[in-house]
Amino acid sequence: MSGGAHGRSKGLNGWLLSLPALVLLFVAASGPLLIVAVYSFLEKGDYSGVRWIFSGDAWFRVLFEKDIFDGTVSLADANLSIFWRSVKLSLATTFITFVLGLPTAWFIATRAAKARAIWLFLITIPFWTNLLIRTFAIMEVIRNQGLLNTALINLGVISEPIQILYTDTAVLIGMAYVYLPLMVLPLFAAIDRFDMRLIEAGYDLYASRWLILRRIILPIIKPGIVAGCILVFVPSLGAYVTPRVLGGGKNMMIGNFIELQFGQGQNWPLGAALSMVLLIVVMGALLLYTRVSSRDDPHG
Amino acid sequence: MGKRRFDVTTLPGFTFIAITAFVLLYAPIFTLVIYSFNGGNSVNVWGGFSLKWYAIAAQNEAVQSAAIRSVIIAVSASGIATTVATMAALGTTRRGRFKGQTAIYIMINQPLMVPEIVTAVALLIFFSSIKIATGYTGLGYLILAHAAFCVPFAYLPIRARLEGMDMTMETAAADLYASPWQTFRYVTLPLLMPGVIAGAMLAFVISLDDVIITEFVKSAGQDTLPTYMLGQLRRALTPEVNAISTVLLALTVVILTAFFLITRKRD
Repeated sequence: MSGGAHGRSKGLNGWLLSLPALVLLFVAASGPLLIVAVYSFLEKGDYSGVRWIFSGDAWFRVLFEKDIFDGTVSLADANLSIFWRSVKLSLATTFITFVLGLPTAWFIATRAAKARAIWLFLITIPFWTNLLIRTFAIMEVIRNQGLLNTALINLGVISEPIQILYTDTAVLIGMAYVYLPLMVLPLFAAIDRFDMRLIEAGYDLYASRWLILRRIILPIIKPGIVAGCILVFVPSLGAYVTPRVLGGGKNMMIGNFIELQFGQGQNWPLGAALSMVLLIVVMGALLLYTRVSSRDDPHG
Repeated sequence: MGKRRFDVTTLPGFTFIAITAFVLLYAPIFTLVIYSFNGGNSVNVWGGFSLKWYAIAAQNEAVQSAAIRSVIIAVSASGIATTVATMAALGTTRRGRFKGQTAIYIMINQPLMVPEIVTAVALLIFFSSIKIATGYTGLGYLILAHAAFCVPFAYLPIRARLEGMDMTMETAAADLYASPWQTFRYVTLPLLMPGVIAGAMLAFVISLDDVIITEFVKSAGQDTLPTYMLGQLRRALTPEVNAISTVLLALTVVILTAFFLITRKRD
């Protein structure tokens, strides 16, 4: 008797073999998320940590604040501006990476086989390179004495360096830079399967280039576009390193705001509630993606 | 258009934007690498080619211990992740669909879906209470956390390799009275090895590069190279950080090149 396909119970063996991985992931990834959910409903401790008393206060404070003197409730403007910045910067990052990523993916997919492998490898290297190092690299370019400002001054375009570092623009440039490969790879996968004869057919029927892009190419590669946008939007929304390094502490995004609650803020329940909010938004985006991709992909 | 043949796959402006994108991707990385060889003391002024900052980084005890710690964690975590991922891949491929298979996929890929900052916070809460309860503050927490988020990266190439293997070899071995263990040890595993090595490499790179989870889970004095570099960051980068970055970058390129050579051999 062999233990493989002839085994008595395929399902049981499948589960048993997967068990060590599942236990590891439960202990050091999924399980602790449940603790975060619990903590978000507790009262904040005196310094850090929590007191084991049920409270909805943390969830309330995600969006609202209560005046300590007269008890009036108002929207927490500081929090809302951080949420808004995170969403705005993530959408802008997604847009920029799409505008740059679509032609890049198209270019790679239309090369001859050998050249294509090289171009693809050139996209993969930044993809696997340490995010922190790439953030440092872009910092070198945009800081006041960096490559960009020095070049512009030497060309006589500007006389004083432009302050880009530690602004929202810096965070946006940084995120677009570090997440571009995440847009290109799924777009490439979609374009790679695209049947170029459809374009020929379009030209034969007197379609303009713009019409061909809009009415033939984009609809067919839509699953790749959705995948790329989700793959960029999700990590952008939860970004921590890039806004910390390039935003310089002032221009926080949700990720940095969460960290603050566990550091100087000393409000673990609020940090936990903010984490849950981020998790729910991200899961929503991923769910939307599986819906769209299973509807559009005839094989899926 | 002149006399050139009309190429339907060319779209106006696409090639220009693509080349621009590649330049934009690589220019910052090259700048960082070039400045790591700067002989001057300031990051702003070029002081001639020199390996000075590499020497300074190599002699810095904090860098040495961070580098050793990074390697210990990455080797242990990728070892654990690759082992459990190999078992899971064997359990979830080539045996037909079974109940709960989708649930297993979702759980294995969970680290790819949850924002890293959320997992980091969750592990901070969980491990800090264990640290208080047990008094143990060693590298075990970091290794465990790294092993967990490396699992999907090890799993995917192993599973891809398995899916490309049919059962004929194993069936032949079983027909010749090999025990299930012998079949696995002498038939399946050697065939699977390129996938296992590829998975281990990706897991290693992912562990070596991690910043966020490490930053939250580490106890005092447990910096890895990336958290050390993040901690060094003030107004500007020091040339020393540039040098460390370049070494890590070179390591990533070498491992990736090896990864592509290994996975390509199968064709």
